[in-house]
Amino acid sequence: MEATRFVFGKEILEIAKTHDDFVVCNADTKACGIEAMGDLFPTRSYSIGIAEQNLINVAAGLAAEDFKVFACTFAVFVTMRCCEQVRNFICYPHLNVTVVGTHTGLQVGEDGATHAAVEDVAIMRAFPNMTIIQPADAVAAKAIAHAAHQFHGPLYVRLHRNPSPLIYDESYTFELGKATRVLNFGDDVALISSGIMLQKALDAAGALKEKGIKARVIDMSTLKPLDEDAVLEAARATNAIVTIEDHSLIGGLGSAVTQLLSEKHPCHVKCIGIPDVFGESGPSEVLYAKHRMDVPSIVAAAEQVVAKKR
Amino acid sequence: MADFEKLDVQELKDMARTIRQDIVKMVHAAGSGHPGGSLSATDIMTALYFNVLNLDPQQPKWKGRDRFVLSKGHCCPVLYSVLARRGFIDVSDLTTLRKYGSKLQGHPDMHKCPGVEMSAGSLGNGIGCAVGMAIAAKVRQEDHKVFVLLGDGECQEGSVWEAAMCGAHHQLGNLIAIVDVNRLQILDTTDKVMKIDPLADKWRSFGWKVLEIDGHDMAQVLDTLNYAKSIDGPVAILAATVKGKGVSFMEDVIKWHGAAPSEKELGLALSEIEGAAK
Ligand SMILES: Cc1ncc(C[n+]2csc(CCOP(=O)(O)OP(=O)(O)O)c2C)c(N)n1
Ligand SMILES: [Mg+2]
Repeated sequence: MEATRFVFGKEILEIAKTHDDFVVCNADTKACGIEAMGDLFPTRSYSIGIAEQNLINVAAGLAAEDFKVFACTFAVFVTMRCCEQVRNFICYPHLNVTVVGTHTGLQVGEDGATHAAVEDVAIMRAFPNMTIIQPADAVAAKAIAHAAHQFHGPLYVRLHRNPSPLIYDESYTFELGKATRVLNFGDDVALISSGIMLQKALDAAGALKEKGIKARVIDMSTLKPLDEDAVLEAARATNAIVTIEDHSLIGGLGSAVTQLLSEKHPCHVKCIGIPDVFGESGPSEVLYAKHRMDVPSIVAAAEQVVAKKR
Repeated sequence: MADFEKLDVQELKDMARTIRQDIVKMVHAAGSGHPGGSLSATDIMTALYFNVLNLDPQQPKWKGRDRFVLSKGHCCPVLYSVLARRGFIDVSDLTTLRKYGSKLQGHPDMHKCPGVEMSAGSLGNGIGCAVGMAIAAKVRQEDHKVFVLLGDGECQEGSVWEAAMCGAHHQLGNLIAIVDVNRLQILDTTDKVMKIDPLADKWRSFGWKVLEIDGHDMAQVLDTLNYAKSIDGPVAILAATVKGKGVSFMEDVIKWHGAAPSEKELGLALSEIEGAAK
């Protein structure tokens, strides 16, 4: 088990060895390991200090000079302390900056509310020109490092603090804007998850199967633009959807999916995520259980939407 | 670079009158906008665009150009006017300021208007962007300079000082910040809203070389800008100016921060600028 943030950072450093077309800006955090770039390539890594507004503005200036820039720190800071700089100086001028936010969701655990970004996707989603991707495991994080490197324009990569289970094998490919159907037991219900909640979705699908409910599981690794075709196809096949995310129920995956479905294919939906509250210190599994984001809760939610169909 | 005869001091003064007339005409035509801080920066901007900056209007993205970032984006009328008079855009574009579909957005858009290096409008940020541009030039060993113009009220933004610290830390010898010290902001004087003094000491203590000038003495403005270009920075030029400079009823009057002159006021302003001591 590895944390997506370190896999992503390590892979960016690997890419740096063969590609001299990007630079890195840091804000005094050990966010994803990318901070070591300066040891390898001193002229391609800039220390901006504990100054997130300037982190983004400097990244914008570098990008205006045709550098591809990775600006990395904790998600709670990079999407909120300098929220307006991301909007006005990265998204509005459509600059080639990858904003890397780590320590997202309740998975942060012990650090508590100030460090657990639970509303970052909602904020980044609202900005025109912004693309948002989130790996479900270490394999996806590695693939997403390459995708981010090749991407041109404003990009938010959402990463996770603690190690999480490995799901994919090396055959995994990441395609921007395309969901991955990870498992397909049948047409009773579709579990759509984003990020590291994927393992719980898979476990729930297994438990549902034992109960005679056939689920399919979809990994929405691109949060924006949403893979509408994948959602609609799942909705048409199952008419019962459960969304699962380690993020506030306001403005994240659940919001995106329900907005789409209410317009294009109304059906039974249940959203699993963090209710309108901040995080707190504690083991992440305890916090997930508290907010009904654990496997039994996903199973129960799936049973509910399936029951409504009948 | 295309042939360009740098203007001398007298020619710059003449050009500054044209720019000031453009500003009041544009803001009048738009029915809104920011004449005060545009007029206070006019002499500096004229010296920059008609003498100091190495530019090629035919190739706005020419790699060797000096960069200019307008951090106080609300003062875009003066930027649009110098860009038009220098040939980046048409002079006839100026009347489209703030209109639907115009390249001259209410605050500058780097993708809509040729010659605009960075979109602006949110105060306190252009200097950070300029730091990024200066780092880029430094690591690429390019020898152009990066200029950025800030307001004095703008210096109340914490992000200005994040950028100032960063410019000194990264030893950006190619970075020149100019502060238009007109002593006014939206609600009142900088003294009443939030004291920024001692401003020179602040910049110095952040590791910048500081030059203090009269922002309306064209000879001094020109000499200082060219001197700043010749020395190792980062350099901060604090230019004492008068908000609304050149139009007596706008001078040092808070209201003209963001107001459009009426037809009658426009006439008065134009003839006054025309008749100004040559
Ligand atoms: C971040 C931000 N806050 C507030 C404003 C609104 N605003 C526009 S101009 C201005 C006053 C600027 O004063 P100063 O920097 O002194 O500029 P000048 O006097 O040269 O016009 C303010 C507060 C803004 N554009 N950006
Ligand atoms: Mg002022």
